[in-house]
Amino acid sequence: MSLTEHTAGAHVHRDDVGSRMGMWLFLFTELILFGGMFLLYSVYRFQYADAFHIAAKELNTIMGAFNTAVLLTSSMTMALSIVAIQRDQKVLSLFLQVITIFLALFFLVNKYFEWTAKFHHGIYPGSEELLSKSSGEILFFGLYYVMTGLHGIHVIVGMFLIAVMARMTRNGTITRDNYVRLENAGLYWHLVDIIWIFLFPLFYLIT
Amino acid sequence: MSAEAATINTNGHEPSYLEYKGKHSGFLGWILSTDHKRIGILYLISLSFFFLVGVTFGFLMRLELIAPGRTIMDAQTYNSFFTLHGVIMIFLFVVPGIPAVFGNFFLPILIGAKDVAFPRINLMSWYLYVIGGLLAVVAILLPGGPADTGWTFYIPYAVRTNTNVMFALFAAFVLGFSSILTGLNFVTTVHRLKAPGMTWFKMPLSVWSFYATAWVQVLATPIIGITLLLVAVERWLGVGIFDPALGGDPVLYQHLFWIYSHPAVYIMILPAMGVVSEIIPVFARRTIFGYKFIAFSSIAIALFGSLVWAHHMFTVGMSETGQFVFSLLTMLVAIPSAIKVFNWVATLYKGSIDLATPLLFVLAFIFLFTIGGLTGVMQGILSIDIQVHDTSFIVAHFHYVMFGGTGFGFFAALHYWFPKMFGRMYNRKLAKTYFWLLFIGFNILYFPMFIMGWLGMPRRYYDYLPEFQSYHLISTIGSWILVSGLLLMIFNMYRSVKKGKIVTEKNIWGGETLEWQIDTPPIHENFLEIPVIETDPYQYKMNEEALEKEEVS
Repeated sequence: MSLTEHTAGAHVHRDDVGSRMGMWLFLFTELILFGGMFLLYSVYRFQYADAFHIAAKELNTIMGAFNTAVLLTSSMTMALSIVAIQRDQKVLSLFLQVITIFLALFFLVNKYFEWTAKFHHGIYPGSEELLSKSSGEILFFGLYYVMTGLHGIHVIVGMFLIAVMARMTRNGTITRDNYVRLENAGLYWHLVDIIWIFLFPLFYLIT
Repeated sequence: MSAEAATINTNGHEPSYLEYKGKHSGFLGWILSTDHKRIGILYLISLSFFFLVGVTFGFLMRLELIAPGRTIMDAQTYNSFFTLHGVIMIFLFVVPGIPAVFGNFFLPILIGAKDVAFPRINLMSWYLYVIGGLLAVVAILLPGGPADTGWTFYIPYAVRTNTNVMFALFAAFVLGFSSILTGLNFVTTVHRLKAPGMTWFKMPLSVWSFYATAWVQVLATPIIGITLLLVAVERWLGVGIFDPALGGDPVLYQHLFWIYSHPAVYIMILPAMGVVSEIIPVFARRTIFGYKFIAFSSIAIALFGSLVWAHHMFTVGMSETGQFVFSLLTMLVAIPSAIKVFNWVATLYKGSIDLATPLLFVLAFIFLFTIGGLTGVMQGILSIDIQVHDTSFIVAHFHYVMFGGTGFGFFAALHYWFPKMFGRMYNRKLAKTYFWLLFIGFNILYFPMFIMGWLGMPRRYYDYLPEFQSYHLISTIGSWILVSGLLLMIFNMYRSVKKGKIVTEKNIWGGETLEWQIDTPPIHENFLEIPVIETDPYQYKMNEEALEKEEVS
């Protein structure tokens, strides 16, 4: 045997169950990551119940509800894109993935307007306006920015991920027989969705 | 490389992983390799580097403490040194340590697999490790100086100090990510890639430990990730989260910190326990005593260990119920740990003991870990904890567990698996010499800390009262002995990789687990054919039968 090339030993390894298991483990870590912040939220909410109540009034419930609807719809289009590829409807799947990306973008644009509106009212970390408020309100907005901000970063990551999936669907890497990547991207996207489902009531609906 | 040398090292057939040429060759063939064995070696090299950096800081701190007052550095430098020593040793050596090096190299082989479940993620976690390590080290050179908060980053000091805390925070965050990916990889590997016939109870015991460790890595590490990220955000943008000036609760920070950092202790010690369970049967030529007890005690330690974090905080003003519950749970963890120790000793009993270097390190592990573990139970008792809290008693305790336990476990693993990994043997006589230097130096270095801690010497103090000087002097002398042992070991390893006696035997120690059935060093994908497992991992039938006969007569 020559020592220059050993391609014979290299094997193609594919294990869909394993990939899905890895993804679920990763999702556990994400849940625990956010879990740390939910823990902080619950302790401070308990400690400063009234201040949280007052601070939450500053948030725009309608905009929050609208965003919830947008994100839930995007989860649906994501799930449908997987069904489409399972039925070998490549174009439809691709279309649904692109719709998901646009819905995610729409969510972020909304979020941007929400944040900038708060900034105009002088409510941002370290601002005089915010520091003049009570401790509970400072903590509420601290958590609001950090939790929705980190969630927003996850939305951006998800958009990139789905964009990569769309590319792979187009060039035929993701097919009817090999769609575990798309499935995993879908799982990630549902996680992003479900975290928002908890954020929404905790920040917008406690008035 | 000449063809002749190649035939010698490959036993005449497939080339070993060290000589395998894939898409890339030379240096790139290493840093772009997804082979779990090469990644293990990459970890070994980078880990050794950071270990030496950590040792240097520890050594200089000890030198500073040889006499009261200023000796070789000022107080601020001293604060930075103990922070860096802690951050580097914990996040870059002890936590990744055994799983990243020996887990990567041997876990797939031990379960009869060709690689881990996600080889590319495995390589990525090494890159994250290196990036994290460089972040931790580079802060030394930047203006502002390295962090001086201690490795615990307690609030509010961590948001107020002007040193480069951000670098240390991000380093720990990135290293946490690396640790999570390794854990995720190992859990999936154990579930999906066991060879046919390898049921859960036919797995070698180190696989059980790696598996339990991997779960803790996956489930506990995200908490430290988010906590440190929040401290960073608080420092950077002034967002109110933990800082009491903004209404936050610093005790909450401590809870979140220890919810990870206590289970991290078990991330550190469990793999070492696995290594010990692996080595003892081989050098006692006996089947392991109480296989299932050892296996389940690993899971029990992982489980209980995740529920005891608040025993680090008995003095912060917790409710009495809280103190009681955490004190009780702390003592409960001692049970599965003790089960292991008793089983190891029972395995040694009536064995045909071969006192080779790996077993020496294992015996040292049992001795030192028992001291470290029992003093840990002492601290679980509330009244004692309040007396010794924040004294050098604690420092002695966790060095006995982390260094005497995990460190010696790491050295045992290194001396046990070295010939398999490199196809060469280290100088065994020299190894025994520096074993004694390490063992004696270790005890001289850390034992006086128990005594002076009990007498009231606080930890992390730059200066001290003259009555403690004799203890500090003895301790510093111990550090010289210990470091000379370490240097000899590194010299031995470095030289043996290049010039050690070539080993081609598959099974030089007479082990019965799978790594000893394959070529030395292993071929690229470990097995030409995936083995079918029919028997338990530790049989030693001949000896066991002889012992039985003896018992009957």
